[in-house]
Amino acid sequence: MIPFDLTSMPDFGLGWLDASGPYSDVVLSTRVRIARNLQGYPFSVRAKPSDRAAILAAVREVLDHSIPLADGVIVEIDRLGKREQEILLERHLVSRELTGKPGSATHSSAALVASNHEPIGLMVNEEDHLRLQSLMSGFNPRETWQTVDALDEELGSELPYAFHHEFGHLTSCPTNCGTGLRASVLIHLPGLVLTKEINKVLQGISQVGLTFRGLYGEGSEVIGNLFQVSNQTTLGKSEEDLIDHLQKIVAQVVDYEQQARSVLLRDAPNVIEDKVWRAYGLLRHARALAFDEMMNLLSGVRLGLSLKLLLGPSVYVLNRTMVFGQNAHLEESSDGALSASELDIQRANYVRMALAEAEPSAGA
Amino acid sequence: MLCDNCGKNEAEVHLTHIEDNEMKTVHLCPSCAAEKGLDAGSAGKNLPLTDFLAQMGQAALSDEEATIAGPCSYCHTTVDDFRRSGRLGCPHCYSIYETQLRAILRRIHGSTHHLGKVYVPPASAAADQSARLVGLRRKLQRAVEAEDFERAAVIRDQIRELEAAIDV
Repeated sequence: MIPFDLTSMPDFGLGWLDASGPYSDVVLSTRVRIARNLQGYPFSVRAKPSDRAAILAAVREVLDHSIPLADGVIVEIDRLGKREQEILLERHLVSRELTGKPGSATHSSAALVASNHEPIGLMVNEEDHLRLQSLMSGFNPRETWQTVDALDEELGSELPYAFHHEFGHLTSCPTNCGTGLRASVLIHLPGLVLTKEINKVLQGISQVGLTFRGLYGEGSEVIGNLFQVSNQTTLGKSEEDLIDHLQKIVAQVVDYEQQARSVLLRDAPNVIEDKVWRAYGLLRHARALAFDEMMNLLSGVRLGLSLKLLLGPSVYVLNRTMVFGQNAHLEESSDGALSASELDIQRANYVRMALAEAEPSAGA
Repeated sequence: MLCDNCGKNEAEVHLTHIEDNEMKTVHLCPSCAAEKGLDAGSAGKNLPLTDFLAQMGQAALSDEEATIAGPCSYCHTTVDDFRRSGRLGCPHCYSIYETQLRAILRRIHGSTHHLGKVYVPPASAAADQSARLVGLRRKLQRAVEAEDFERAAVIRDQIRELEAAIDV
């Protein structure tokens, strides 16, 4: 285990940004998490500080000789400043449940274990004792699941999990019990939104056991045409079946999205081209950008790239801008707390600079 | 962004849902959200479930049953705690509230039976080394199946080391 320092690891947990995964022009990332609890301790909601400390100590012991997490770091959340916590949240490495609500203290012994090089980690003392997680570029449910599964095998062979012969892995909330598995993809669907087919598609997926959310998970808003699609149930199906089902349905959604994009390009090429370049122009020259506005404009540029209407910046630059254009990241780079209007100015500065480094040329 | 309901305060709760075939997002300030039964602190988190569980809890349990079941002898979670939070207190709660949970799980998941991987817990300290050997062999097999030969080689070395130690 190596010490954690965000300044020495500026890209900590951001391997997925490189857009190297399959279909990464439509699917930004794939995430799989599994919930596990240890035998002999109450769930987090009832756990005493001594229980939480004992759980973290047990995890620490296993991680000393872990293979999947050989170069992992253990980050105790309450030892971080609020801004560092927010940065980890903005990178989707920790949940609000783990850091505690704004204004309230973080629970003791809440920790993130993550690797600077491998897309694998876990949260300790979250809603469940352990939340094993992997986040990969593009549309890659199978490999993402296998990565988490290897860590699960390792941890489970040393730490006794709470397991019930009928209900499977026991979780604090019964919506997660059984496999404890939640697989989700972050998918960019501007074509379906513009052709107004999106509601049909979203309704379709909810009829086949999947559900959708906004960028920041449960209860969050859909912005920048980004949808998080995941399995709704965790019990009564095997892990492989859950993964295969998500794979199959999302592949169909990707297909619909690509059809919608071809329709747009065929029926309204000038409108689309104008929209894409306007989005680019605003991002490249605006002097103040709200987060939602930035996300919507990035969506336009992302669409343009995928349709080859412009030939740069790369998807990597867009992904990176999306993460580093969030509030805590902006404050970190400008070394101090910013007001809402200062944030918008700082955001526009950051975006202009990021895009200037990757000046595109007009596409075909 | 201002609250859709009062138009005065900053909206902090954003609830996206499908209504009449349309995707709708409602933006509410914490106090309007609270009025509508949404907990602003958790930004909509767990709401449908808590509601759902509350309804389920009432449907699945008559008052008489509710007093018979629980509280959990291990963590003292009561039916009311569960109804309110949607969370169970410990693994033992699954035995205490087994009947009620079976109904709830069927409603949530359409099933009560785990069909995923069967979990084999680590053996107790008494049979420590041979159990560890079994575990390592299981891990080796999975690593080979996943064609992760680098990891397999490491596990193979651990197995050899352990076998040698047991022989001595």
